[in-house]
Amino acid sequence: MSQRILTVDNISVAYDAVKALNDFSLEVNKGELVTLCGVNGAGKSTALKTIAGVLKPTSGTIDFEGQIISGKSPEAIHKMGISLVPEGREIFPSLTVAENLRLGAFGRFKQSDFNADLEDMFTLFPILKERYRQAGGLLSGGEQQMLAIARGLISRPDLLMLDEPSLGLSPNMVDSIFNLIQSLKARGITILLVEQNVERALQIADRAYLLSTGHLVFAGDPKELEREMVTSVYLGQQQKEGARS
Amino acid sequence: MTLPVFLSFIVDTLGLGSQYALLALGLVVVYGIMGLVNFAYGEYIMVGCYVLYLIGLYANLPWPAAFALAIIAAALLGLLTEMIAFRPLRGRSLDALLVTSFAISVILQNVFLIGISPRYKSIPYPAFFDRRIDIFGVVTSLRSYIFIAVTLLLLIALTLLMKKTVLGMAMRAASENFVTARLMGVPANLVISSAFLISGLLAGVVAIFWTAKEGMVGPTSGVAPLLIAFIAVVIGGMHSLPGAVLGGYVYAFLTNALGLWLPPGLSPFREAFMFVLVILFLLLRPEGLIRGNYTEERVG
Ligand SMILES: Nc1ncnc2c1ncn2[C@@H]1O[C@H](COP(=O)(O)OP(=O)(O)O)[C@@H](O)[C@H]1O
Ligand SMILES: [Mg+2]
Repeated sequence: MSQRILTVDNISVAYDAVKALNDFSLEVNKGELVTLCGVNGAGKSTALKTIAGVLKPTSGTIDFEGQIISGKSPEAIHKMGISLVPEGREIFPSLTVAENLRLGAFGRFKQSDFNADLEDMFTLFPILKERYRQAGGLLSGGEQQMLAIARGLISRPDLLMLDEPSLGLSPNMVDSIFNLIQSLKARGITILLVEQNVERALQIADRAYLLSTGHLVFAGDPKELEREMVTSVYLGQQQKEGARS
Repeated sequence: MTLPVFLSFIVDTLGLGSQYALLALGLVVVYGIMGLVNFAYGEYIMVGCYVLYLIGLYANLPWPAAFALAIIAAALLGLLTEMIAFRPLRGRSLDALLVTSFAISVILQNVFLIGISPRYKSIPYPAFFDRRIDIFGVVTSLRSYIFIAVTLLLLIALTLLMKKTVLGMAMRAASENFVTARLMGVPANLVISSAFLISGLLAGVVAIFWTAKEGMVGPTSGVAPLLIAFIAVVIGGMHSLPGAVLGGYVYAFLTNALGLWLPPGLSPFREAFMFVLVILFLLLRPEGLIRGNYTEERVG
C-alpha cells in the first residue's frame, strides 16, 4: 500500500455567508498524480487554497505528513512542503525572473541547493535561462506559466498543487504543459492537479475527484469518471436542455 | 532673479524636498504592503521630537547619541504599534485598521499632552544647522545641505535593501501580491514588521530635520508632517516608492515657488493653493505621477 501524505477530512469552507465547499474529503498518496475536476465555480480553487492555508475551513481537518495543517499560515504550510501554483499564474510582474525564482525558494533556502535547483529548472524550462534578467511581466502567458511552475518547484515540495496550469494558453503550449506534468510525475513528484481540460487530466491521472457546486460527487478511477462523464453527466446535461426546449 | 538667488532657491527646495521625500516614503512603505494609510505616522515623528526634547532636558548627551536615540525610539514605536495594535486586527477590514491608526494617533497625542504639557516646548539642537553657507555667493543654511546629503544616503541604502536583499525582494513581492508572496513562504509578520520599522526609522530622521527647522514640539506636532506626507503621496503616487520621493520634491518645489512668486497679499493663501492643487491631482491624475505596480487584493 502506498504511503498517504495528504488527507483532507470533511472540510467545509465559506466566503462570508456563501458556502463554497461542503464536507469535502480527498487523499493523496506519495508519488501519485491526482486530479480534481469540476465546472467553473465548483470549488476547486477553494479546495487548493484551503490546503495551502490561504483559506481556513469552518469545519473538518487537513493532515499533511502526519501533522494537522488546517489553521496554519500559508508560509508555515509552504515550509512543510506544499507548493501551490495558483490559478492565473500570479507571478510578480515587476520582479525579474531571477527574483521570482529566488522567492520561490524563500522558505527553504540553501545557496548550494538553490544553484543546483536553478540548473534543474533551466533544463526543464530553457526559456527561463534566456529571460533570467527580464521582468516577469514582460513574459508571454506560456512563459509566465512556466515561471510559475518553476517557482513552485524550486522549493522541492513534497506536494505540488497546480491550479489550471493550461488556462488561456495556446494549443501548443497546452501540450507542453501536459508533457511537463507527466515528466514531473515520472520524476516521482506528488501532484494534485486542477484542470478545466478534464479529458486530458483524466488521461494522465492515477486517481480523480469530481466536485459539483461544492459537493464531492465522484472519487476513484479516472477511466470510470471518463465513462460516467460521457454517459450520465453528459447525457444528463442533454436531457435537461432537451426538456427546456 | 539673479543666478545666486536662483541657485539658493534650488538648494533650499532640494533641502525641503528631501525632508518631504522621506516623510512620504515612510507613509508609502506601509501603504504599499498593507493598503493602510497610517494616521499614527505623524505621531512617530512627534515622539522622535519629544525624545530630543527630553534628552535636552535631562541628559547631556552628544548630538550623535541624541539623534540615534530619537531615531531608535521612533522606529521602535512603529514596530510596537504594528505588533500590539495592527497585528491582532490583521485579516479584518481595512476600515478597522484605519480607525485603529486614528485611535493610536489620538492616544499618543494625549499621552504627551497629559504627561508633558499641552504647550509647545522648544527643543535644543546643534547650532551648525543654522550656519549660513556662502558658496560663490549662493547663500543658504547648512541645514539644506545636511538634509540633502542624509536623504541621498538613506535613499541609496533603501534602494540597496529593496533591490539587493532577499528581504527587500520579499517586500516588493508582497506589495505586488501579498497572498502569493505568502504562498512562496514569505512570512507576513516579517514583511509587515519590516515595513513599520522602516516607516518609524524614516519618521525618526524626519523628526531631527523637523526639529532643526521648527525647534519646537507639542502634542499636535504630528499633524502637519502627516498632512505633508499625504499631499506628497497624492502628487507622486500611492503605489510606488520612487513616486513618493518624487512627490516630496515636487511638493517642496511648489511650496517654495508659490512662496516666491505669489503676490505678498496672496501668500497667506499658499496652503489653499496647495489644496486646490491636490484636488486637481485627485481629479485628473488619481494614480499620481508614478503609477507603480500593484493589485487591489490585500490581506493586511
Ligand atoms: N473571494 C471570493 N469571495 C466570494 N465568493 C467566492 C470567492 N472566490 C470564489 N467564490 C465562490 O466560491 C465558489 C467556488 O469558487 P472556486 O473555488 O473559485 O471555483 P473553481 O475554482 O472550481 O472555478 C464559486 O461559487 C465562487 O463564486
Ligand atoms: Mg478556479
